[in-house]
Amino acid sequence: MAQEIRELICINCPMGCPLTVTLEDGEVLSVKGNTCPRGDSYGRKEVTNPTRIVTTSVPVDGSKTERMVSVKTEHDIPKGKIFDVVQELAGVRAQAPVAIGDVILANVAGTGVNVIATKNA
Amino acid sequence: MSKAIEQRAIVVVGGGPAGLAAGIAAYEAGQTDVLILERDTQLGGILNQCIHNGFGLHTFKEELTGPEYAARYIQRADELGIERRLGTMVLDISQDRIVTAVSPTEGITQIKAGAVILAMGCRERPRGALATPGYRPAGVYSAGTAQRLVNIEGQLPGREVVILGSGDIGLIMARRMTLEGAHVACVAEIMPYSGGLKRNIVQCLDDFGIPLLLSHTVVDVEGRDRVEAVTIAEVDEHLRPIAGTEVRYPCDTLMLSVGLLPENELSREAGVELSTVTRGPVVDQSLQTSIPGIFACGNVLHVHDLVDFVSQEAAAAGANAARYVAGGSHDAVDSRGVPVSAENGVRYTVPSFVDVDAMDDTLTVRFRVANEYRNRYVSVYLDDERIQHRKKRVMAPGEMEQVTLKKADLAAREGLAKITVMLEEE
Repeated sequence: MAQEIRELICINCPMGCPLTVTLEDGEVLSVKGNTCPRGDSYGRKEVTNPTRIVTTSVPVDGSKTERMVSVKTEHDIPKGKIFDVVQELAGVRAQAPVAIGDVILANVAGTGVNVIATKNA
Repeated sequence: MSKAIEQRAIVVVGGGPAGLAAGIAAYEAGQTDVLILERDTQLGGILNQCIHNGFGLHTFKEELTGPEYAARYIQRADELGIERRLGTMVLDISQDRIVTAVSPTEGITQIKAGAVILAMGCRERPRGALATPGYRPAGVYSAGTAQRLVNIEGQLPGREVVILGSGDIGLIMARRMTLEGAHVACVAEIMPYSGGLKRNIVQCLDDFGIPLLLSHTVVDVEGRDRVEAVTIAEVDEHLRPIAGTEVRYPCDTLMLSVGLLPENELSREAGVELSTVTRGPVVDQSLQTSIPGIFACGNVLHVHDLVDFVSQEAAAAGANAARYVAGGSHDAVDSRGVPVSAENGVRYTVPSFVDVDAMDDTLTVRFRVANEYRNRYVSVYLDDERIQHRKKRVMAPGEMEQVTLKKADLAAREGLAKITVMLEEE
């Protein structure tokens, strides 16, 4: 029975609570140091399946005001897929008009998550 | 031939997050004659280039990107029909609140305002303020400039990057450059602690294996036309480079994230009293400056970490400005109220004065600490009596703190002469 202790900093909000996660054989036994429930779920997820929201920008054609339009993954994606996401977006161009929430690329890098616009252009 | 001076109830200088929230709050408080002056061609300010997420957790209980956060306020301003003049730069604000502005379409215009709200934001500390040795080649960028190039212009400023200073924009740009295919060798920070939020160190540096070198600084920049390398050395407790610790990093780009300074040229010219600590106006509980009818909020008042708090503060300034206009001027103020003193590890407070009669039921006092502290108490004293004592596990200069004062507590003390916010070990 191998016990493992992981020290993390919660990234859910700028409080940045220092978390201590105790694992046994890959199972989370406890999360300590969090000041809210989001810290608990972050601690559990971070040691088993860490995820991130990816934000970047892509060129937009035909916009009067913008050269680039900012985008994000609609939900968090596995941390290990961050570079797959930006690589798949490398050749993508948006067409104006673009509204916040428009899907720019569906099911990015096989994550099942869409990349959506975060700016009107 | 001079044009007649236009009269407006409230003029907001700046259309970023502070100006938008202030203008909306003033309108919602009943002063519908609001004019926002913005020098850029669109509203939203610096949020437009802050395309990362993490904005709005407090305000909207969601993690928004900068442009999305701005869009919510712009939409609200649109719904209310708040007038804004874009491409319009304010040149001067006088003591009697005459605002002089210039724009390519209108030329120079003057507006007499019932109240002025300062919401000009901040700008980055430039390289010149650092006294970094070495040449002055191309390839040295402030992190915010690089952010604009990448996110707005679609240009990559370089491929091999060293970042000096661990402010939030530098951390964000370390990740941003990495995602765009550049290599970030390290982030060097002269202080023994980071100036940025911990969450940004985790998700912008640790996620990508970018080292954060605390107590390190740049001691040489090489390259005549373009940066070719920088040399980084460790510093001692007096922040002096330690001989023999130098490491040379070949690179084409040096990015600086070494602090933000409130942009108070207009305030200074107007005669507004400025704090030597925050470099922003000294304000009372209503966020009014030393000049009656001129209010300040957001990063021009003191640099914030979180836009949510900018919006909150600005909304208070807007509502107070509306109240000021509605109540007629009370220009003859003999006292600004009870002074709030920052002591023992607390660098400053905003506000600096509290007029107990005029305050709302509760008042948020924001402050920053001078150092990294563990297990200290934040205490509030009314004269010699301690009325608040709250333990904080971790405090750092990069993270703004706050206490809440209750009017009932303050009003109950006759002859209250001083409010003190300080840190205590027990």
